[in-house]
Amino acid sequence: MLRRSSHLVRGLAAFVAVALGAWILDGAAAQVVNPYVYRILVLCGLNIILAMSLNLVNGVTGQFSIGHAGFMAVGAYVSAAFTVYAAPRLFAVTSETGTVAAALPFVLALFLGGLVSAVAGFLVGLPSMRLRGDYLAIVTLGFGEIIRVAILNIDAVGGARGFAGIPQRTNLAWVAGIAVLTFVFLRNLVRSYHGRALLAIREDEIAAEALGVPSTRYKVWAFVIAAFFAGVAGGLFSHYTYLHTNSFTFMKSIEVIVMVVLGGMGSLTGSILGASILTALPEVLRFANADRLIIYSLLLVILMIARPQGILGSREISWGRIVQRLRRKRPGAAA
Amino acid sequence: MQELLQQLANGIAWGSIYALIALGYTMVYGILRLINFAHGDIYMVGAFAAYYLARLTNAGGANPSPALALAILLGSMLICALLGVAMEYFAYRPVRKSSRLTALITAIGVSLFLENLGIRLFGADPKFFPQLIAPRSISLGGVMVTNHQITVVIVSVLLMVSLSLFIQRTRTGKAMRAVSFNRDAASLMGIPVNRIITITFAIGSALAAAAGVLVGLTNPKIEPLMGIMPGVKAFVAAVLGGIGSVPGAVIGGLLMGVSEYLVVGYLSSTYRDAIAFVILILVLLVKPAGLFGRNIAEKV
Repeated sequence: MLRRSSHLVRGLAAFVAVALGAWILDGAAAQVVNPYVYRILVLCGLNIILAMSLNLVNGVTGQFSIGHAGFMAVGAYVSAAFTVYAAPRLFAVTSETGTVAAALPFVLALFLGGLVSAVAGFLVGLPSMRLRGDYLAIVTLGFGEIIRVAILNIDAVGGARGFAGIPQRTNLAWVAGIAVLTFVFLRNLVRSYHGRALLAIREDEIAAEALGVPSTRYKVWAFVIAAFFAGVAGGLFSHYTYLHTNSFTFMKSIEVIVMVVLGGMGSLTGSILGASILTALPEVLRFANADRLIIYSLLLVILMIARPQGILGSREISWGRIVQRLRRKRPGAAA
Repeated sequence: MQELLQQLANGIAWGSIYALIALGYTMVYGILRLINFAHGDIYMVGAFAAYYLARLTNAGGANPSPALALAILLGSMLICALLGVAMEYFAYRPVRKSSRLTALITAIGVSLFLENLGIRLFGADPKFFPQLIAPRSISLGGVMVTNHQITVVIVSVLLMVSLSLFIQRTRTGKAMRAVSFNRDAASLMGIPVNRIITITFAIGSALAAAAGVLVGLTNPKIEPLMGIMPGVKAFVAAVLGGIGSVPGAVIGGLLMGVSEYLVVGYLSSTYRDAIAFVILILVLLVKPAGLFGRNIAEKV
């Protein structure tokens, strides 16, 4: 009993700390950097959430999904529709952005977006019972495109005109806070009993089955969880910038995969690194103007040839190891 | 009925183009287990190569000549075959021993490279493909087809027949089948695997180039990003038919083209991009390895 309650207290304390930290970070960032950099930081945070969640399916479980943008689209449109159509009736919100009263409907919208996206993830995960490898990959791609075209044909959310009139609720604090929570959740999941089952499926599905791991159920769960976080990221996206289905083409899915692979498959910190680098790189290359995308794609090819396992491989960056390495470098301290 | 036949005719012409692109996907996949994402962009390069060859030779417009059109087609196929070989040599060969995902990301990188290089070299705005053959409409029992569409179908069929003769009847074709069946065993039997892979890329890219030139005939607006969607759909067609299977790619491509035109004709053109995937998912749920794919039992 005592253990459980202390866990709860610690969890709550951590949650409050994350929220406070994010708030302070947002305030500081708004003071220090210009709006252009601020915007890149927000997009970077969104990409980190997307890459980490996709890593659960592609890196940890060893499946191959190339339809992540579809889940993001579901989350984006569901949460935006909730904010625009349902929230004004449910909550008499007249308060301005940034107050606690305005935060509740936003949290609800994000959660709802994630939830519906998770249901979509369940549907996409189902074919993994029969399909594997590239066939599964192409089905996820197909679902992503079908979702996009379906949304394009719903007039209530703007269709081909794009969805206008969504209040801007997302700021760096929200994105950073949710990114941290996603990281903690996924890290704990991977380290848990269930995480080991997912890793076992990646290493050898038949052997895992033989050891009593219900592989189909786990694969579907991996899809559901990844879709949930992608949906939340989509919700954050739709409350930040102009919403149109063109943001969710299969190129977006590819972009996220590249982040995961570049960082290192199965490495959560690798996904953070990959997402940050690939969001920043096109901006850093802006000096090259018209040639920047050519350089970007060449760098991608060269990186894959030079370091096929990704930047971190399957390792994680951990404080413990950094401290250890620093100690070892100091002469005499090693002994 | 009339309208149905009309849509079928349009669909078959368009489907032949998907089939030509799908053949390259399926051949490369059969041998390397690599989804060559840059294949759609080779198709784009094929269209542009023909565009510039036509301008160079002053073909089209006032003096359309079938002989010159044929020369341009072959020239563009040659250029793309070289491009495909170079792409394999510089980008795919170094990562061949790495994981398949690494190879896939490399392919995506190559694809982005070709697209952006295309924008830089050719400009982002669409170009109008010259009319290499004077357009004419022909009525076949009430169904209107253009001579361009007929050309597309005839050229595609010729290419497909010669490809399957090549694969089934020649020594090189036999070697290709052997490498696709088991690369290591083929190598032990003295088959020069590297050369076979090079040849596969050359043929696949040449077929994509042919598709690009034929598309220039029927839909004369070409631009550097034109390869993305047809590339994805041709890949879907290859999977639909059973990836690695040559007849599967042809059937898959035709099925895809026809269903797209039926959707445009009877439903709404906004659903055009989704129908391919709906069919694909339905087929894969019933036949997980595609229409003509072999179900490989898993070894423990």
